[in-house]
Amino acid sequence: MTVTDAPAIEARNLNLVFETSDGPVHALQDVDLTIRKGEFVSFIGPSGCGKTTFLRVIADLEQPSAGTITVNGMSPTDARRARAYGYVFQAAGLYPWRTIEGNVKLPLEIMGYSRAERAERARRVLELVELTGFEKKFPWQLSGGMQQRASIARALSFDADILLMDEPFGALDEIVRDRLNEELLKLWARTEKTIGFVTHSIPEAVYLSTKIVVMSPRPGRITDVIESPLPRERPLDIRDSREFIEIAHRVREGLRAGHVDD
Amino acid sequence: MRNVVPVLTVVAVLILGWYVAVVPMNAQWERDQAARAGTDLAFSELVARTMTQSRPRLPAPHQVVEELWNSTWVEERHGRRGLWNTGTLSTRSLVYHGWVTLSATMLGFVIGTGLGVMLAVGIVYNRAMDASVMPWAIASQTIPIIALAPMIIVVLNSVGITGLIPKSIIAAYLSFFPVVVGMVKGLRAPDAMQLDQMKTWSAGNLQTFLKLRLPSSMPYFFASMKIGIAAALVGTIVGELPVQQGGLGVRLLSGSYYGQTVQIWAALFGAAILAATLVGIIGAIQRATLKRMGLAQ
Repeated sequence: MTVTDAPAIEARNLNLVFETSDGPVHALQDVDLTIRKGEFVSFIGPSGCGKTTFLRVIADLEQPSAGTITVNGMSPTDARRARAYGYVFQAAGLYPWRTIEGNVKLPLEIMGYSRAERAERARRVLELVELTGFEKKFPWQLSGGMQQRASIARALSFDADILLMDEPFGALDEIVRDRLNEELLKLWARTEKTIGFVTHSIPEAVYLSTKIVVMSPRPGRITDVIESPLPRERPLDIRDSREFIEIAHRVREGLRAGHVDD
Repeated sequence: MRNVVPVLTVVAVLILGWYVAVVPMNAQWERDQAARAGTDLAFSELVARTMTQSRPRLPAPHQVVEELWNSTWVEERHGRRGLWNTGTLSTRSLVYHGWVTLSATMLGFVIGTGLGVMLAVGIVYNRAMDASVMPWAIASQTIPIIALAPMIIVVLNSVGITGLIPKSIIAAYLSFFPVVVGMVKGLRAPDAMQLDQMKTWSAGNLQTFLKLRLPSSMPYFFASMKIGIAAALVGTIVGELPVQQGGLGVRLLSGSYYGQTVQIWAALFGAAILAATLVGIIGAIQRATLKRMGLAQ
């Protein structure tokens, strides 16, 4: 399977207003977006542009004020209950009292998988993120990058079609980040999941995505959607190619256009 | 082990200070005795005598240690009513009174901890309890227990409850509070992200409680229990004062009735040793549990 025409996520006229003590904040305004199955979509924009909020709406962690959104053709709540997505937060959020294997098994325990199936799935996803051999270690015994890989393994463990990632590598240094980006692409190619990826980094967005959604703040809205012409097979040095630089330029222009210095 | 030298130094300084204080505290009585007998008292003689009075104002440390030894091992081994001669603990021994206090303390601590945990769960999960329970819990601790204890005992006695239970209830009354405060904090220790994470897995309330909130609260739970068990011991001792049916509290009170200062101090140290042992046991369980959970490295 590659990209098909079936939409994994479809948002129409989506609005979300937070009521705060300083008055209403328009976090999302008239967001229209279709993400097809198998796409790798990055959301990029400055803080307050609603990229994380949009991801949270998909995950049923926030409720839209107006408009419609479907995830795998269902409402976000039904999709969450149907285990349509795995969510990777900015912090790895591993439980310090569980081993790496125990952490990966946690959602499986909650979802009621059998003991044998839990062990089998944990083994498989830990292999996928190259953490075989670290099953019995506690999180504090692992580096930040390895912890984040374990958290990705945990999000993959119950085989959701969609992987939502909220700045998962934001707290890591650039060398580790490059390597994890490369691994993430391989993992995407192997698992053929639909990925929604929030980031601050232009190179990261361009390198990873088949579609880049540029957003801007106050109110949070989409200013540009770029379909990447880059091939799915992407070595790290593709970042020196002309196409790559052109897309990065377009993303930067989009960010600049939407950015009001106030 | 590197703590041993400083700790021993402090203990040595305290004991020395105690011995120094014994002389002026007990000297007046010796001087009066000497004056009455019309004899002169050399200073060295005075010092020696202040250390060996049978009812000193301030007993010397070795007198307290001797009393502790006599009222435990010697009483039980050789005493007419001791364990070796009768097969039961002597009512004159600190072991017996310590056991009376310990049993009420343990029961009270279990009740108090259970109550504290239940209240904390209620506060964390129920908005009405969240808004209402804590002020009452705080208010309950502002009432001096010494004023409340006799009332609890009288009220329970009038409905036919006597013995261990009333003392345990007073102990529980003091020990539930640190557990409530600690467990509310502990059960709320998981951050918004961890709770969101649970939601993405569609975890139920019970699963979130068992797999996230409860394990997160363990360090707080043990810290609370250490305070709680010491408070339970204090509560039990206070509860024993009006009951007069054995226990370290009774030893303290009867010692003061009859001017048996050595007995008071021995009971006091007995209580301190008991408290230290109980807190130490909880500390050991804490270390073992947290180490097993990977929370202590």
